[in-house]
Amino acid sequence: MNIKNLLEYIDGELLTQSADLMREVKGGCGADLMSDVLASIQPNAVLLTGLCNPQVVRTAQMSDVAAIVFVRGKRPPEETIKLADEEGIPLITSPFGMFELSGRLFLAGLPSLERPITE
Amino acid sequence: MRDLNFDNSPPRFRGKVITDEMAGNITRVEELAYILKIDEVMTRDLKTVSPQNTMRDVMDSLRENRISGIPVVDENQNIIGLVSTEDLIKCLANQDIDKPVCDYMTGDLVTVNSFDHLTEALKLFAKTGLGRLPVLGKKGELVGILTKGDVTYGLLHALESDYQEEEVRKYRASHLFEDILSDRTSLVLRYDIAHYDFIHGGAASSKIKRALMRLGANQQLARRVGIAVYEAEMNLIIHTTNGGSIHVELEPSQISIYVWDTGPGIEDVDQAMQPGYSTATEEIRELGFGAGMGLINISRCVDEMDLQSELGKGTHLTLKFFLKGEDIMGDSHITKKGDAS
Repeated sequence: MNIKNLLEYIDGELLTQSADLMREVKGGCGADLMSDVLASIQPNAVLLTGLCNPQVVRTAQMSDVAAIVFVRGKRPPEETIKLADEEGIPLITSPFGMFELSGRLFLAGLPSLERPITE
Repeated sequence: MRDLNFDNSPPRFRGKVITDEMAGNITRVEELAYILKIDEVMTRDLKTVSPQNTMRDVMDSLRENRISGIPVVDENQNIIGLVSTEDLIKCLANQDIDKPVCDYMTGDLVTVNSFDHLTEALKLFAKTGLGRLPVLGKKGELVGILTKGDVTYGLLHALESDYQEEEVRKYRASHLFEDILSDRTSLVLRYDIAHYDFIHGGAASSKIKRALMRLGANQQLARRVGIAVYEAEMNLIIHTTNGGSIHVELEPSQISIYVWDTGPGIEDVDQAMQPGYSTATEEIRELGFGAGMGLINISRCVDEMDLQSELGKGTHLTLKFFLKGEDIMGDSHITKKGDAS
């Protein structure tokens, strides 16, 4: 699945200018705690989150996230969009909640890229 | 409702469900058509004629400017037509060279918007067979013209700068350790982190990760280092009294990261290392931090970690990454990469 397909599955609206719509998304991860993202996510995932501050973009950049989807129609502040544009990470807003989004994407064949806790 | 006929994928993929494998085959040029905007590629420096000019004026202008078509504009600079070499040939065949432009121009216009992606123009070129498209701005005013030549030039230019910007930097940086010889060479990067600076939080980590990529580190190593240093950077922002410092020492086969602050210090280091333990305030938690996983995340990413802290004095965190095989920065790794390209 690429970003363009993803947008269609989730009725998403692209918020950034510099997005590479052909970038491949290998799976998904949903979290509102950035440490959970950093601890569990594998590369090239779409990150579903309700958190809108610039730290989401930094977290995504550190963990090689392919795209960020804001749940429940949330729109991040300008500084978040600006940073995402600079770093080339697509930001998407979708009207659906986290559970619905996870379900839609899972049904569309996108696996989970959350590493389970092993200890 | 979504328009199902709206399929602007490259021709060889049109109408097909794009599989991962096919997506992998999409060229950078095709990607760029979706990234570049028409106004980044079009010709801005416009020659125009008025409908009252003669076809002889058109001929002179085409010749002089070495172009093959000119927009025709009214007194308010609104586009009303287009006159091309083809129209000129018709006119010459009729021996009509002193007739006004309005007799020979094409008034039936196909235009594009300056703020659309290049792919929109490519579709129109393919659909209409036209050689040039007038470009209109947000208010419908004429802002430029786009030819197939502009498209080719724009794509080549973007490919070139793509290549140059990052590759040249990468190339230069990756040879650093080979070109500068000493018994033990290291590169030290220093960053000062301010307390509670959530706006720039993560900027240092971002720079460190990019530096590693340019030095030829592989994606996985850059990611491990990035995550560890990002957690440490956020700790300085969230938990310190006066912020702190991050020093990164890069050597071909080792990365050492020193993170320290001047207080308040950790009361019980063992407790701080417990998953889920956090002293973060509700406000910090609302920002998505303070899950009590930071130090655990760090320890998972690094090869060696040492945490020293004294209450009232401050905290010293030392992280080490030992690079083996193709992770080693400098000669061996780069030679391998060079062979592949």
